[in-house]
Amino acid sequence: MISGVFGKKSLPLVVLFLVGLIFLPYAAPRFYIYLASVILVTGLLATSLNLVLGYGGLYQFHHAVFYGIGAYTTALMLTKTSLPTWVAFASAPVAAAFFGLLIGLICARLSSLHFGMLQISLGSLIWAIVYRWYDFTGGDDGIHGIPVPEAMSATTSSYYFILAITTLCLLLMFIIIKSPFGRILQALRDNPERCEAIGVNITRHRIIAMVIAALFAGAAGSLFVILEGSVFPELLSWTLSLEILIMCLLGGWFTFFGPMLGACLIISMRTFAGNYTEYWTLILGLMMMLTIFFLPKGVFGFINQLFSSKAPDLPLEESSHVAD
Amino acid sequence: MLQIRSLRKSFDGFLAVKEANLSVNPGEVVAVIGPNGAGKTTLFNLVSGQIRPDAGSIRFKGEDICGLRPHQLCRKGMSRSFQIVKIFSRMSVFENVQTAVISRMKKTSNLFIPAHNIAVKETEAILEAMGLIDKRDSICGLLSHGDQKVLEMAISLGSDPQLLILDEPTAGMSGEETARAIDLMKHLSRQRGLTILFCEHDVELVFSFADRIMVMQQGSTITQGTPDQVRNDPQVKKAYLGSHD
Repeated sequence: MISGVFGKKSLPLVVLFLVGLIFLPYAAPRFYIYLASVILVTGLLATSLNLVLGYGGLYQFHHAVFYGIGAYTTALMLTKTSLPTWVAFASAPVAAAFFGLLIGLICARLSSLHFGMLQISLGSLIWAIVYRWYDFTGGDDGIHGIPVPEAMSATTSSYYFILAITTLCLLLMFIIIKSPFGRILQALRDNPERCEAIGVNITRHRIIAMVIAALFAGAAGSLFVILEGSVFPELLSWTLSLEILIMCLLGGWFTFFGPMLGACLIISMRTFAGNYTEYWTLILGLMMMLTIFFLPKGVFGFINQLFSSKAPDLPLEESSHVAD
Repeated sequence: MLQIRSLRKSFDGFLAVKEANLSVNPGEVVAVIGPNGAGKTTLFNLVSGQIRPDAGSIRFKGEDICGLRPHQLCRKGMSRSFQIVKIFSRMSVFENVQTAVISRMKKTSNLFIPAHNIAVKETEAILEAMGLIDKRDSICGLLSHGDQKVLEMAISLGSDPQLLILDEPTAGMSGEETARAIDLMKHLSRQRGLTILFCEHDVELVFSFADRIMVMQQGSTITQGTPDQVRNDPQVKKAYLGSHD
């Protein structure tokens, strides 16, 4: 499988890391707990994007839409209905998955960049609706003061809730990637024509992948509501989509934990460099350029390469992208 | 098993395939030969559903298959390899073949069981037969060209086809590799009873191996027959083999 850092050897590492995260609130001040929550939520979003981007080879340029839809679904259910809280949270991934299906049905037949362009347009359309529909979504003001239950909204308890859901989602995504479905998805990325020739309905497979990715993005969106207690149209904005795309590339988009690492790097940098200069994106841009030049597989991809001699360092596209 | 009648396909006014006729009986090894640009690859792409014909008919096991997508044809028992290697370059050799087997077993939508221990025996049997077993875990993007071509064949076998279509299976191979590939094809035909349709540049090689040969020139079928018939066909002599005899 691609860059197998998560083999039997690295499992203890992952567990160790998780234990560290569980004990974080005992060691770190409140601000760092909050920061860790932000990283987890954004990292989950970036990982869900990577499911279709790195593993599926689909240029899903506007993935944040599903995140926003998830967040808005939870927010609207909590403010405008009297349904139980768990329904509000459970319906976020469902709503996002539904929109994933809708956009997937329209886009999945197109190839690479055409797919990306159409996906941006459809996503921006949804953003515009949310941005303008004052009566329903609160327009550009968003929705504030969402009644999240006390037990979930305090810094530490929200951290634990977010950690639990994120871990669960990552585990599910990892299982999906290792499943036959995930295998075919990677085959589709490596060579769509060959994939079709071995009997795979590639359009259908792509749509299912988009639905799954949207589902997890929606879950991340509902976690955002717990964290912030408010939603706003920026959650569906194209800039956020770009940001998570950069996280995937920076962390390593052919690795499972790359996007999470990317989220960690970028959010920490924004927080700390943001203290000194408002032009922190300048540093980000520079880092991105250096990454592309020197670590084309991202930070995690580079680490993988150091530890496994198996990973090839040659560009592998050659054989699969030559025109017939 | 496969009947092609008056097949026609044009690209932007250029008639790549004008009047192609071909029949393949079960268990046969049929070769398509013709000079460069005769329309061999286009013909194969038409048969395997990569492109749609403008006119004519293609029947596979008695059923009209015009307009079916490649994945549907694969499900009907037709599998192909490509002239330019198309493999899953980031995966290992084993995973490449296993992926085809997984697809054939219709497990592609299974989300929750690990893929790596599905159909291990079957995949290994294919690799064994194709002589790739000792390269089982190499990343296939890094294999030699000859091995990649053989891997192409192995992936096609993963679909357990009745009809195997090979588009220039020995293109770009060294003499030694070519001999090996031909041996493999003979093995597949005799041991497994596979029907094979292939096209090839090397005329001598084709005559030594194929049961029947179809000759194409400028998009049209000139003749189809046994090697002896083709060798003695005046039209073929004139058009294609003139320099050889």
